[in-house]
Amino acid sequence: MSVEAREARQPWILLSPALIAVVLLLIVPLLFIVVYSFWLRTATGADQVGFFLDNWQEALSDVFYRDILFGTLRVAAITTLVCGLMGYPAAFFIARSRGNRAILLLMLMLPFWISYIIRTMSWINILGVSGAFNSFLMAVGVIDEPIQMLYNQTTVILGLVHFLLPFMILNIYVSLDGIDTNLEDAANSLGATRWQSFLQVTLPLSLPGLAAGGLLCFVLGAGTYITPLVLGGPRDAMFANLVFEAIITQLNWPLGSALSLMLLVVLGALVLIYNRYLGMAQLMKGLG
Amino acid sequence: MGGLGWNLIRGWAILVYIFMFLPVAVVVLLSFNASQFGSFPMTGFSFRWFVELANNDAILRAFRTSMILGFLTAVISTTLGVLASLALVRYRVPGASLISTLLIAPILVPEVVLAVALLLFLNFLSINKSFALLLAGHVIFTLPFVILVVQARLVSIKRDIEEAAMSLGASPMQTFFQITLPLMLPAVLAGGLFAFTISFDDITGTLFWKPGGVETVPTQIFAMLRNSISPEINALGTVMIVMTVGLPLLGVAIARQMTRKGGI
Repeated sequence: MSVEAREARQPWILLSPALIAVVLLLIVPLLFIVVYSFWLRTATGADQVGFFLDNWQEALSDVFYRDILFGTLRVAAITTLVCGLMGYPAAFFIARSRGNRAILLLMLMLPFWISYIIRTMSWINILGVSGAFNSFLMAVGVIDEPIQMLYNQTTVILGLVHFLLPFMILNIYVSLDGIDTNLEDAANSLGATRWQSFLQVTLPLSLPGLAAGGLLCFVLGAGTYITPLVLGGPRDAMFANLVFEAIITQLNWPLGSALSLMLLVVLGALVLIYNRYLGMAQLMKGLG
Repeated sequence: MGGLGWNLIRGWAILVYIFMFLPVAVVVLLSFNASQFGSFPMTGFSFRWFVELANNDAILRAFRTSMILGFLTAVISTTLGVLASLALVRYRVPGASLISTLLIAPILVPEVVLAVALLLFLNFLSINKSFALLLAGHVIFTLPFVILVVQARLVSIKRDIEEAAMSLGASPMQTFFQITLPLMLPAVLAGGLFAFTISFDDITGTLFWKPGGVETVPTQIFAMLRNSISPEINALGTVMIVMTVGLPLLGVAIARQMTRKGGI
């Protein structure tokens, strides 16, 4: 074999274990559940192989599923909006701070590393019937009886914001950090007020980071089922909870496949639209 | 900068930091509460919940499972990730952007969907819920993170040093083990720690893949939450916080130390 041929083969040898893993453990399984979603779970519990549209008909036409899908998108949208509003000034502060930016970023990353389930359940300590907030209000004398503040849609959104905010701040920070501050100075020296130069120079230039953070918050928020189980009430189930119910509780795997694919199509469409207009590079910057 | 606007921004940022830290601080605080309820008021300072934790067999088992799973995930995922990153950074591969997207795909697909697809497909192949399924799942969704972290660091290693070694008569194997690998070590360790931490923390996929009776630390906490919030959960939370925060910090410190020593 020539040297060139060996050179050309080397990267493929290095890549093949990872590529085989992704194809076998992700791509083929995804194609498999597409096929599976057309099978039928019979009353005996066995799967009937074939081409049945029943699962899709149920998933797409049942009002129950549709309401929960829209509810899930709504929760994800509110979460993303709140993360953006809370996160932008914080990211701006870190990016333009004269103090130690590395420490500020590290402090932001710490809660990011803390276990998701711990951070989610920690809100029970704050808002629960015998939590910090109720104890405080009773000690001050505002209320006599503890109030149940948990287990509703607001606390689900609160938990999601707490979980996803670092993703948002990090992405905005990365794009703010890449802006040449001379541009703002130039705008200011040409007579723009600080507010004008922010609105017309800095904000537009940081939009890619805002979009990347927004996409992550939305997709991760819309795909969760743990937060509603821990912080939500019985009526706050999200779409991923339906998937979990179908697969783990009811063992109706063909229906679970169809529901999973519905979630994948809806959220995948967002990723594709994002990729079409902004490209994946921005997202990778924020993750790496 | 200065002025009212900047002060408002600073005030806002401080509130955001408080929002991020307060609930976690309360978990740590309550884990030292002497009261037998996992809530306020504080009745005294005590280590008793950590002692109870150390004597709780279910939690110790979960801890062992999580450690083994995290360790194996880190080893496999880092090996695959480092090899793939080397190929992508060091060679001109046709279709590199498509390959990158494919390798990143596990984090673009919602984890619930990935969990369902893997569970049903491996079940179809007669591989039931098992430790092997759990490991396969953890490897596939930590792989993109490892690749992103390792790639970012590999770019900064100059090829000149390797070429110098080769021109001085080192074989490609020698060059890899004596030059490239030591230079890459911080990246490899960072990738491994990242994979371990993500695996150790995972619950979304794990609840789908774990066999009955097997619990990892997060699923154990989740199961305990079904009853009520006990002081033991807060103590376990504190241990988890120390682990998941301490390990990456240690990783950063090691990486810094090694880069400094290497001087490159």
